[in-house]
Amino acid sequence: MNQENIKMVDHTVMAYFKGPAELIHAAKQAREAGYRKYDTYSPFPIHGMDHAMGLKPSVVGLVSAIGSFCFFLIALSLQWWTSAVAYPLVLSGKQFFSYQAFVPIMFELSILGAALSAIFGMFHFNKLGFLYHPLFNSEKFKAISDDGFALGIEVADPLFDATKTKDFLNSLNPIDIETIGEEA
Amino acid sequence: MSQISINKSTETPLIENNPSFHAITEKISHITETWKVPHPQMWLLGFGAALSMLALMVGSIGYLFWKGIGIWGVQIPNAWGWAIINFVFWVGIGHAGTLISAILFLFRQKWRTSINRAAEAMTIFAVMAALVFPSIHVGRVWAIYWTLPFPNQMQMWPNFRSPLLWDVFAVSTYFTVSLLFWYVGLIPDIASLRDRAKTRVRKIVTGILSLGWRGSNRQWQHYEKAYLILAGVATPLVLSVHSVVSFDFAVSQLPGWHTTILPPYFVAGAIFSGFAMVLTLMILVRKAYKIEHIITMGHLDKICKVLLATGLMVGYAYTIEYFTAWYSGNPYESFIFKARAGGQYAWGYWIMFCCNVFVPQVFWFKKMRSNLVVMFIVSILVNIGMWFERFVIVVTSLAQDYLPSSWDYFSPTFWDVSTFVGTFGLFFTMFMLFLKFVPMVAVSEVKAVLPQADPHHHEGEHQS
Repeated sequence: MNQENIKMVDHTVMAYFKGPAELIHAAKQAREAGYRKYDTYSPFPIHGMDHAMGLKPSVVGLVSAIGSFCFFLIALSLQWWTSAVAYPLVLSGKQFFSYQAFVPIMFELSILGAALSAIFGMFHFNKLGFLYHPLFNSEKFKAISDDGFALGIEVADPLFDATKTKDFLNSLNPIDIETIGEEA
Repeated sequence: MSQISINKSTETPLIENNPSFHAITEKISHITETWKVPHPQMWLLGFGAALSMLALMVGSIGYLFWKGIGIWGVQIPNAWGWAIINFVFWVGIGHAGTLISAILFLFRQKWRTSINRAAEAMTIFAVMAALVFPSIHVGRVWAIYWTLPFPNQMQMWPNFRSPLLWDVFAVSTYFTVSLLFWYVGLIPDIASLRDRAKTRVRKIVTGILSLGWRGSNRQWQHYEKAYLILAGVATPLVLSVHSVVSFDFAVSQLPGWHTTILPPYFVAGAIFSGFAMVLTLMILVRKAYKIEHIITMGHLDKICKVLLATGLMVGYAYTIEYFTAWYSGNPYESFIFKARAGGQYAWGYWIMFCCNVFVPQVFWFKKMRSNLVVMFIVSILVNIGMWFERFVIVVTSLAQDYLPSSWDYFSPTFWDVSTFVGTFGLFFTMFMLFLKFVPMVAVSEVKAVLPQADPHHHEGEHQS
């Protein structure tokens, strides 16, 4: 930000690279150097990056399975309670609790539950919906969604040291380095 | 930044001319940012035409609400007329979008990335057009919400043992999941628009819609997992939705409807008609927006092959129905199938059969699969044929059921036609708005299938 009365503190040191291969290499180095609060930024998911960064598998799958099962139970109990308890009607001589006829809606709602929990679970883990992030203070960072590839190490990382971290990033042969700040 | 030129390529590239990442962002995003590209008058003309058709739909529905269902051609025994035909027609068209976005994703068909955004948009708008009909076709439209289970002062609940209620859940789930799937796919591209935004309004709108996306790998990891799950659940969903639609017919006891082949037959027909619509739209869009290097002839060739395959499937279904009718020994079943091909609606049956079975056979030839005019005509004919398929199924079975004393001939009225034409207005109004304001190609996905996106592609090559 260019207003002078706002006090800025450093948030992330960002190193920009030429392409996906260089970024994967840099991520491996950062991990081996012991950094934990770092992340790579790219316009599309890079094949092999999760492995290079040593990320654990996403838990979105588990969340989705639980959500799906909850919706399945809701569908089952809704249909049972309304058809057999609250409003039993004789229709074509069918049983009140004719579970075979309830299968399509149980199936559809299970899918709805899986989809909703996968999406909103993903929003939660990715902190989507928080429209502000300190990285958005950088003009250069805007290239990420176009054709930029970058690795950022946060100041909050226990290993972070203003000069050493910059030297480390410089040793990875980036095309550019900048320090992105946030309002104090 | 990454202007690495790739000279050698082992296979036909998905995207022609090997553009840089930036060139793709620029090409697609730019369309949404200016009124100047490439044919603003054409867009306005198309939008105006679509909007006036939409007005026709609104007017027709207004008159329907004022006068009642009697303005349509429905009578007894043909209590299900054009409303149900059009509903099945539009839902079917939607299915190709989900097939492209979900099933082809699971099969790792990378060519889908160029067309999946537009095809998913088509799905959403087709389902919107479809949802119009069941909502307005009930005699008392003000009570349509009674199809939903909610506590009420009458202490009544809907009948969950009816396929019509399954349909309410199936189609509304389908709409919700398709819309969210589409939006999730859009988030990285809206973030790209946000980062390019110049005006304050664009910054605010794209800033909110992109939800704070940063493109960090920790985000991509959850994102890809969620996308995979969505593709995984949308696949059985799309198959189930048209199966449930077919249950509306198959669970009843009318000859010609009460058959077990109906669910797969409906699903194959849905994908067939949907791909035809994708072909129609893509031929026009790639030409109008000069993105022939992104949606290539190779893409159209593959769509034609899918059309050929699904056309053969529906051809098989049409034929095997005759075998089943004969082999069952059921006189009513045999009668209705004789009546379809040789009775009072034989003209409709043969339009259906020619358009859906004979016409797509031209795609056995590579020459036809690379001729845009042929492709365009075939895609239109297939959709005419698929509309007639639903007409034949709905009307022939109803018009001549068990009791000859109740037989009657169904004729549509002006209002049947105007409402149907009007839904094309709804569909194309939405689609034109989509072309103008939303990135019509999944930019981040297309970038990921470019050769230079593969981290192993140029190792050792770029050093010199």
